[in-house]
Amino acid sequence: MSTLVLANARLIDPEAQTDRPGSLLVRDGRIAGTGAIEEAPPDGATVIDCGGHALAPGLVDWGVKIGEPGERHKESFRSAGRAAAAGGVTTLIARPDTSPPIDTPESLEFVTRRAADSPVNIRHMAALTKAREGREMVEIGFLNDLGAMAFTDGVRVVTDTKVLSRAMTYARGLDALIVGHPQDAGLSKGAAATSGKFASLYGLPAVSPMAEVMGLDRDLSLVAMTRCRWHADQITTADALPALVRAREAGLDVTAGIAIHHLTLNEFDIGDYRTFFRFTPPLRSEDDRQAMVQAVADGLIDVIASFHTPQDEESKRLPFEAAAPGAVGLQTLLPAALRLYHQGGLSLPQLWRALALNPARRLGLPAGRLTRGAPADLVLFDPDAPFLLDRFSLLSKSKNTPFDGARMQGRVLGTWRAGQRVFGADA
Amino acid sequence: MTFRARHLLGIDHLAPAEITTLLDLAEDYVALNRRTVKHSDALAGMTLINMFFENSTRTQASFELAGKRLGADVMNMAVSHSSVKKGETLIDTALTLNAMQPDLLVVRHPSSGAVKLLAEKVNCAVINAGDGRHEHPTQALLDALTIRRARGRLHRLTIAICGDIAHSRVARSNLILLGKMENRIRLIGPATLMPAGVAEMGVELYEDMREGLKGADVVMMLRLQRERMDGGFIPSEREYYHRWGLDAEKLALAAPDAIVMHPGPMNRGVEIDGTIADDINRSVIQDQVEMGVAVRMAALDLLARNLRAERGRAAAGVMV
Repeated sequence: MSTLVLANARLIDPEAQTDRPGSLLVRDGRIAGTGAIEEAPPDGATVIDCGGHALAPGLVDWGVKIGEPGERHKESFRSAGRAAAAGGVTTLIARPDTSPPIDTPESLEFVTRRAADSPVNIRHMAALTKAREGREMVEIGFLNDLGAMAFTDGVRVVTDTKVLSRAMTYARGLDALIVGHPQDAGLSKGAAATSGKFASLYGLPAVSPMAEVMGLDRDLSLVAMTRCRWHADQITTADALPALVRAREAGLDVTAGIAIHHLTLNEFDIGDYRTFFRFTPPLRSEDDRQAMVQAVADGLIDVIASFHTPQDEESKRLPFEAAAPGAVGLQTLLPAALRLYHQGGLSLPQLWRALALNPARRLGLPAGRLTRGAPADLVLFDPDAPFLLDRFSLLSKSKNTPFDGARMQGRVLGTWRAGQRVFGADA
Repeated sequence: MTFRARHLLGIDHLAPAEITTLLDLAEDYVALNRRTVKHSDALAGMTLINMFFENSTRTQASFELAGKRLGADVMNMAVSHSSVKKGETLIDTALTLNAMQPDLLVVRHPSSGAVKLLAEKVNCAVINAGDGRHEHPTQALLDALTIRRARGRLHRLTIAICGDIAHSRVARSNLILLGKMENRIRLIGPATLMPAGVAEMGVELYEDMREGLKGADVVMMLRLQRERMDGGFIPSEREYYHRWGLDAEKLALAAPDAIVMHPGPMNRGVEIDGTIADDINRSVIQDQVEMGVAVRMAALDLLARNLRAERGRAAAGVMV
């Protein structure tokens, strides 16, 4: 029986929404309790002095693209696991949009095996339709039995509403979660930026944020029709929020997420056609960004994720509209999220609700809490420590981050998974 | 005799007493059919036309045999290959046929309600042999006779109907008939194959087949159409079989003397394990086929009696 005391910490508890000094007792990989600082540690316990730094549940990163199978040169389970541990991410949810996609029980078994010896917990989502072609639903039952967390075709919209409604109906019977990408596929085709003055001046193919509203309205109507459990992967525009409010008031089982870059960057960051700032959906206006921060504070947006998308140099060394979208984010999720704390928009417990507790809850995982009995998946960090980010210092195989050269605050000092240190001094 | 119907378009318009009358008469025909000389003159001199706008082997053969054993002149028309292709409307086909003075018309059509439309245009008695996803009354009646003979009664039984309920006229007619006879009905299947609003029809719905089969006296499997298998309504055959296919393990949850039924044709290994279909202690699938001929003979006989009585009244100038 191993006992670990993380003493003299600033405990961030997203469930109780508290931020207070204390120490945390870990026994056999699980949280055994929290106490006041003065309490003497039990005999035989390993004691770590946290030096007054913040101790919080490890991040549960909702959507992480890993290049296995198909693009291992961009990211492998091994490199992603190391980057996650260094970034304070203790559970990462791998996306199914690989090549080939995770659309059969056999391919899910393959990635589950590949991910087994990672320093962090890796869980998997499965595709919603075979080959992500939007024509035939996958074997939702078999995949669900094998532990698929949710079903999604990623940023590919299932345009045939009959196919989608049947998949949703079938999923409802199994209580499976469907993750949608709210977007009108026709309008957003080929778009690389949000329509407006910026995109017009730079001559970029653009799409109105209303395409997201249209997609959301359509999807929510289908959810109302089929009563399935549903999550909007990325809500990025203020105009989409009222529909979300209405859906919740109508009692639909609907949650929503957002990528960290849509909370910390806006369309002007694209600047001189910088392709590391190309995302799907594209970066929005500053007004939208602020509305989204408020929506996270209000709890209307439940989940913040990195949407880690590794791209090799050649995929980004292209004209803006031809460059591959997405950015790596496992190691920058925490310091980027802390920007919202330092700017005064969100408290640390509020942030951790969206970064750890809510995603774990939605996916039925016991992580994301500091409660007794929860797995001791923890991150110790100094929220104030400043640094300049050098993209080549990242542990991901791909280095495509929009925060290259940025001043950031917040350094991860230690990461524990089930009470075992996986990053930091003695890991 | 309690059987007043002029046509047999569905179970919906039959009273429980009419159902019982028909089943009782069918019992006589079961006995007749087991003799070496299977002949009656109930329909002697009458003309029966089988009109199938949809391909069918079993049902058409069953009706043909029923008519011939009752002494009728039977004609089969595979309409899907003839006049429909030439652009004739359903009503024109009906009028053409009516001019040939048939007495009994057996119709199958891919559109719900089409048989009723046709019945309004002709002077003979019409039997619905399946219209779209609406009704298939003789199938429900033959199932009822099979259950009554196997379980000794047709009321207060727990009957589980499993599979593609949404597209099944067999399920609809059975639901109505077994409900009228006061049985407890459970529908089992994936949500995609469950018709909307069915929960309001006084049945119990189960997604989980194991739950739905618990203690059932009758397990009625439905055929899964090939075109529904790949990704449309269900992801694959193997997942369907895993969750909703009847195998020994799932059947063990039903009552120890539960009977297994299937309207045919079966997809072995998709909705039912072949060894269960062949188990003479559980499966009554062959009995269903036998009862089919007897029930159809009873239905033809009763409708012919009503038709003769009606024509007799008309000839005598009685107001009807």
